[in-house]
Amino acid sequence: MSYNWNWGILFQPSPEGQGTYLDMLLLGLAWTVATGICAWIVAFIFGSIVGIARTLPSKTAERLGFAYVEFFRNIPLVVQLFLWYFVLPELVPTAWGSWLKQLQYAPFYTAVIGIGLYMSARVAEQVRAGIGSMARGQRQAALAVGLTLAQSYRYVLLPMAYRIVLPPLTSEFLNTIKNTSVALTIGLLELTSRARAMQEFSFQVFEAFAVATVMYLVLNLVVVVAMRRLERSVAVPGFIAGAR
Amino acid sequence: MRKYLKPLGFALAAVTLAAPPLAAQELSGTLKKIKDTGSITIGHRDASIPFSYYDDKQQPVGFALDICSQVVDAIKTELKLAKIDVKYALVTSANRIPLMANGTIDLECGSTTNNIERQKQVGFTNSHYVTASRYVTKKASRIAKIDDLKGKTVVSTSGTTNIKQLNDVNNERKLGINVLPANGHAEAFLMVETDRAVAFVMDDILLASLVASSKTPAAYQISSDAFSPPEPYGIMLRRDDTAFKRVVDAATAKVYKSGEIDKIYARWFQNPIPPKGLNLNVAMDPVLKKAFQNPTDSGDPAKY
Repeated sequence: MSYNWNWGILFQPSPEGQGTYLDMLLLGLAWTVATGICAWIVAFIFGSIVGIARTLPSKTAERLGFAYVEFFRNIPLVVQLFLWYFVLPELVPTAWGSWLKQLQYAPFYTAVIGIGLYMSARVAEQVRAGIGSMARGQRQAALAVGLTLAQSYRYVLLPMAYRIVLPPLTSEFLNTIKNTSVALTIGLLELTSRARAMQEFSFQVFEAFAVATVMYLVLNLVVVVAMRRLERSVAVPGFIAGAR
Repeated sequence: MRKYLKPLGFALAAVTLAAPPLAAQELSGTLKKIKDTGSITIGHRDASIPFSYYDDKQQPVGFALDICSQVVDAIKTELKLAKIDVKYALVTSANRIPLMANGTIDLECGSTTNNIERQKQVGFTNSHYVTASRYVTKKASRIAKIDDLKGKTVVSTSGTTNIKQLNDVNNERKLGINVLPANGHAEAFLMVETDRAVAFVMDDILLASLVASSKTPAAYQISSDAFSPPEPYGIMLRRDDTAFKRVVDAATAKVYKSGEIDKIYARWFQNPIPPKGLNLNVAMDPVLKKAFQNPTDSGDPAKY
């Protein structure tokens, strides 16, 4: 290798004129965190609704849920972001379209919605599996003691189902964070795009991506530790999800 | 890190020295590699029209590749080889540095901007093109000069020197431009096409090829206002390989000064080019003409 290592580059001013290269990467990390968290909230809310819908007695709800999941998880994320960003504004009335296009943080909003809905399909599958994994008698017993369907979900099924799927949901949260890097294709200045910009400006490609790698790793470890804490604090003694 | 690489380098050198020396002349670096293997690997781009791209038969072609084939001929003469096997490797802006550093490619023939910052990492031979940052707009949006972009949304490709120049001008003149970064040139142009942005700031020659290959070339115009002084493109080679650089520099200087460059230029910039028979119709800029008469590898725009 004839590579000129220069770790000092991180502390040199970036040509964009907003602090050093390290600041540039940290700013990218901030966008990654913001996008990841917002997209996860979208994914969790929509995923829960669709996941629950797929376990309802209603056939229509089940079919709609099925269509939703298959639609969002079978189209590559990068294609979905393109559709949201470039195609949607052309399909709506012109006035709305130009409003969408002039929006100041359009790439951020698009990424939050696009990644959020993509991941919601996966969350829905987890939630459905969690509810499905509970003994059928639980639902029947809940209804038999006089709870309405909504109450049986609220007080009997969901509290345990969410505890059961907490570990796989952690993985989905991590995937959401990692998937934010795809948003660089629609112009979101997140961590990966900042690392690429740094290597274009300085040609110090290994330093740029090494630091980005460490940042992703640390961020995801923080999430893992926090989710483990959450798992432990909500564990019900004697149940599989909390068995220790 | 470097302190670990040095011993490794010595270890490698020891292994190489232990082998019986066959070459009569002392060659080193890339020249030695070419002599030993009888082949050279040229890095090329997939869509840098007309510098370096795939034609309709998926063969790499272009202005920079024509120059590189002249360079290969010169290396052949220098090394007194009957034949050099030319291999091609596709590179992107993200992997060209690692592939150059680890020896996968020996020359990068594309449209890489040569500047002082980058020369700390790689070497460049005599510049083969000079371009400036300009912008393309739809004629219908009636943008005559940079100041007309005030308060508008303007796109550029992320991680390029162009977006930096756009930011600089924006801050300096307090234009309040909403700068939008795009992932690639095609996406950036799409943003102007779909009115997400009124203008796209890029190297003028790349804009010319994007406009020429668009659905309605007549609907667009490229500004005469520039965001930067002219910037050189260079063919990239490994840094600190002086023997190789000397041969490549001599070869390019010969092509540029002999007038042969005029034929190559006309072929790629003023005639229909593959794959679709587009004609870019770009006359040779006086700045470029000067750079061909006095070949230079300087990365300083002021020298052009």
